[in-house]
Amino acid sequence: MAGSIQMMQADPKLYDYAAYRARPKISWPGGKSIAVWVAPNLEYYEIDPPAHPQRKAWVRPHPDVVGYSHRDHSNRVSHWRMAEVMSKHGFPGSVSLSVALCQHHPEVVADANARGWEFFSHGIYNTRYAYDMDEAQERAIIADSIHTVREATGQTIRGWLAPALTHTPRTLDLIEDMGLDYTCDLYHDDQVQPVKTARGRLVSIPYSLEVNDHYGFFVYNMSGREYADALIRQYERLAAEGARPEGCGGTVMCIPLHAYLIGQPHRIGPFSEALRHIAADGRAWIARAGEIVDAWRASSPLPHGEGG
Amino acid sequence: MTLDPAYLAYPKRRHGYDHDLFPWSALHERAPIAWPDGKSVALWVCVSLEWFPITPSDTPFRAPGHMQTAYPDYRHYTARDYGNRVGVYRLLDAFAKAGVRASFATNAAIAQRYPALIADIVAAGHEIIAHSTDMNGTIASGLPVEEERALIAASLDILEAATGTRPTGWLSIARSQSWNTPDLLREAGVRFCCDWVNDELPYRFTNGLINLPLNHELSDRQIITVQQQSADSYGQSMCDAFDWLAAEAARYGGRMLPLHITPYILGLPYRIAALETLLAEMTARPECWNASAGEIVAAWEAQT
Repeated sequence: MAGSIQMMQADPKLYDYAAYRARPKISWPGGKSIAVWVAPNLEYYEIDPPAHPQRKAWVRPHPDVVGYSHRDHSNRVSHWRMAEVMSKHGFPGSVSLSVALCQHHPEVVADANARGWEFFSHGIYNTRYAYDMDEAQERAIIADSIHTVREATGQTIRGWLAPALTHTPRTLDLIEDMGLDYTCDLYHDDQVQPVKTARGRLVSIPYSLEVNDHYGFFVYNMSGREYADALIRQYERLAAEGARPEGCGGTVMCIPLHAYLIGQPHRIGPFSEALRHIAADGRAWIARAGEIVDAWRASSPLPHGEGG
Repeated sequence: MTLDPAYLAYPKRRHGYDHDLFPWSALHERAPIAWPDGKSVALWVCVSLEWFPITPSDTPFRAPGHMQTAYPDYRHYTARDYGNRVGVYRLLDAFAKAGVRASFATNAAIAQRYPALIADIVAAGHEIIAHSTDMNGTIASGLPVEEERALIAASLDILEAATGTRPTGWLSIARSQSWNTPDLLREAGVRFCCDWVNDELPYRFTNGLINLPLNHELSDRQIITVQQQSADSYGQSMCDAFDWLAAEAARYGGRMLPLHITPYILGLPYRIAALETLLAEMTARPECWNASAGEIVAAWEAQT
């Protein structure tokens, strides 16, 4: 225990403070004021995962029928519904992937790949947590992720969203050391930002808890229509701020999704209308996570290591 | 810190599921289903009839909606029983007005305690599905298999004695099953359960049991009680769902919209009009095939 307490610091020293004014101005391709990316979580939850000392996987004794089968709805039904709506309105996905989905349901992964979606890792399963892993164990799940996605899709992952948002104090340094260049785990900004890592080349891209469909439906208890309205309000404000002459330039809006939530039959219609609104507006650069990171690196004078 | 190496072993990482309860299958890859009379959206209305003993059991878990205060919790006992005395009759009238045939997932205790209600439901042509003994009859792994077997048998026997018909369908309380439940239901002669919410059409378990998914996300309990939405918002969500499924059905074949209704939730005076409105709107839709659970399962089974 002494070792872990030694690693715990009141300030995790993730980044330098930077106020949302007088920043170097970011410009997006085509003069767009906001980069919009959609992040479907394509996940596999195990029905009977081993116990982790820090966190229970399911509320009920296994099998937690509603918990498990609700998530399974994504793969059987709602991924396909959600993906079709995204393609219809011209939104590629940047996938937060439980990489074991490549083994369990390669059909879902192949569909996303065929649609031109980008993949980053969300761990092996969303029922395996990183807390308490030693360095070798954490390197093993990162290496597994890189290898598994490459085998399944031909893509080399660049990003990380920790499995079930579980971290260790080493995670950001390790993913950088193993060649990844963006994290989706930090929620401190509406623009891409440098992260203070060992090599200084990792950046954070805004993901979102607040407009995540999980928060919309299970924290804020919104209806499908209310959630679609929240997305439009989020979009309108960030698009306007990104165009302010005295502002900080291009903003980022992420729409993080779970098909088993947004792809339910009572929610997908209003969501489709929100995407239609954003696509038709004209101020949005609709892009994938890696493209947004690359454009930020090209535009920002901030230090961002050898990756610049 | 370090984790047990077993935590990084994945013995069931393979094509398909990490269990053998049912095979992997994506809805859109299956042959299209056609409902009777050229209809494309099956409207399944399922009402839960629940009797909560005022002495709640936490073994294996306390049912949603159960008693909350120290004994005697008159407020929740009576507010739930309101559904069985008043709310359910508002629902029956609403169904009669809209010409809707529903399934009633019924605690056996309702048949023992309120035979007049069961008679009215049966006389109106509705279907009875087994729904455990009473709201202390929850199931989860850890419940001894003999107790679970006896609970299932008692539920079916009592409903059969009350109605003259042995139920062929089963809904667990809170949709919660143990590892044993699918085999015990099959052994008891049950044809379908409604507990697994991973699909939008019926599918078969490995052991032959059919699952007819009763989407909990579309239930009045989830939308009104848990998410605190109004009855009008619930009604609008159901109509949005119907519209979406009707459009999808035109391209991919028959779809199903399950409405899961609770008498003490939607049967209240200030909420019932929203249900009447949505039933009138849906039954007027040319795509709508209102059917009981048994009819939907039979129509599906005839095509698969």
